[in-house]
Amino acid sequence: MKELICINCPLGCRMNVDDSNIEDIKVTGNTCLRGVKYAVSEVTAPKRMVTSSVPVTGSSVSRVSVKTTNPVPKEKIFDVLKLIKKVHAKAPVAIGTVLYPNICDGVDLVATSGATKLD
Amino acid sequence: MKNCDLVIIGGGPAGLAAAVAAHDAGVKDLVILEREPTLGGILNQCIHNGFGLHTFKEELTGPEYAARFEQMAYDRNLNYKLGSTVINVTKDRVVTYVSEEEGLQKISAKAVILTCGCRERPRGAINIPGARAAGIFSAGTAQKLVNIQGLMPGKEVVILGSGDIGLIMARRMTFEGAKVKAVVELMPYSSGLNRNIVQCLNDFNIPLKFSHTVVDIKATDGRVSSVVIAQVDDKLRPIMETAEEIACDTLLLSVGLLPENELASYADVEISPITNGAIVDDRMMTSVEGIFECGNVLHVHDLVDYVSEESAHAGRCAASYILSQNSKVTGYVPTVGTNGVRYVVPQKIAKNDSVEPISLRMRVGNVYKNVEIAVLLDGEKVASRKKQIVTPGEMETIVLNSEIVAKVKIGKQLEVTLNVGGTK
Repeated sequence: MKELICINCPLGCRMNVDDSNIEDIKVTGNTCLRGVKYAVSEVTAPKRMVTSSVPVTGSSVSRVSVKTTNPVPKEKIFDVLKLIKKVHAKAPVAIGTVLYPNICDGVDLVATSGATKLD
Repeated sequence: MKNCDLVIIGGGPAGLAAAVAAHDAGVKDLVILEREPTLGGILNQCIHNGFGLHTFKEELTGPEYAARFEQMAYDRNLNYKLGSTVINVTKDRVVTYVSEEEGLQKISAKAVILTCGCRERPRGAINIPGARAAGIFSAGTAQKLVNIQGLMPGKEVVILGSGDIGLIMARRMTFEGAKVKAVVELMPYSSGLNRNIVQCLNDFNIPLKFSHTVVDIKATDGRVSSVVIAQVDDKLRPIMETAEEIACDTLLLSVGLLPENELASYADVEISPITNGAIVDDRMMTSVEGIFECGNVLHVHDLVDYVSEESAHAGRCAASYILSQNSKVTGYVPTVGTNGVRYVVPQKIAKNDSVEPISLRMRVGNVYKNVEIAVLLDGEKVASRKKQIVTPGEMETIVLNSEIVAKVKIGKQLEVTLNVGGTK
């Protein structure tokens, strides 16, 4: 039995999720069907986007922001962050530039801000 | 002194959207004045995702959202000046700015749009007693330090206020190796999104203490060493018997945002004591002819998408004003919020020959369930929306279509009210 707060709307339903039988997950406390969908994905395979920023050299800005191109499994967030710590970007960097290919399960780490090269 | 059709003060999301829209509506002689070295405003430090679902139908990070609008400005070859700080605006629309390159400059404008954004409420605004030590930051300052400069404000953190910036920073500090010991919220509810409570606090087992506040800050050698928190009663007074001390080296404050209306006040723009922004009509024009306001300087928004939408409207209206496309305004019809509706923006409808649809934006003062938001024109319901829940943290919008706008006549009053099924 797990307790969850639904994130779909401001109602924030407090749901009880019975996942003793993973084939037949029972959700109570939800107001609408979106709650069930969210609860099932949260107890079977919760995923999150990871965003951070990394240092960049050769530009007037000192850092560029980064994100995973897709959500990664929640339990791997800190593994991903450890790898992000190793990234040092070099200008020029454009939005979408891959800074760490396949950082987790086929998901890349890309820049979400740019850094132009100083001449 | 130079002349210019339109001066836009601030190059964040509001300024960019207003500039693009004004340009597309026929005003080519315009300039955006931005004090920072880059366009994009505060979005540049909001590196988390969740922006743009309404505008672009995809989830972007803050810098990506800003870049989309910057690109629109570049595509139109819009004129902008970076590192240029506006120090005065007069009511006859003379804008004075300073920059390293140009020194002191004055521009006389046919119209001015104020898009200066907002500031965080500081410690002084909420009177927290205790040591005046290092280690106390507003959440947004910490966000800039971590995300833009790569500096960590501290290792053990307590956050006061559960607004979205505080929640986002709880996760961000955790990602960078800090221990966030608690988020303390004065009210019995959070003004932040559920999504942020779940993904920024619950995911990392960070406790959120409702109906609690910081009652003392202690310091050792000039640095925060602990904060004392206590529960508050229903009148928000601390119950000292419940006090508990939490060791920490950093206190982040996420206790609300205030529209930045210093320039507006120089121009004698009338300010609303409720929103702390200008009082505007449906064109987003302030009490001063030709000076417009939109975005967070007008009232604090929860979604940047709504800032962009409102600001594009302001840009179009400023263009229409400059190009004299509508007949003269003959009077105003007030909009008032009643029965739980804390404010309505715009505060009045300017009557001319325009019957363009009007968006009424509003916030409620409490949490209400099963409500109908109704717009009454002299007591007669002309528009309404049913909501399962409304909260102070969520801005609500009702659009009045052209047919209704045509019925809004001088001498009448528009009232926005809540018909409540039950309160929480």
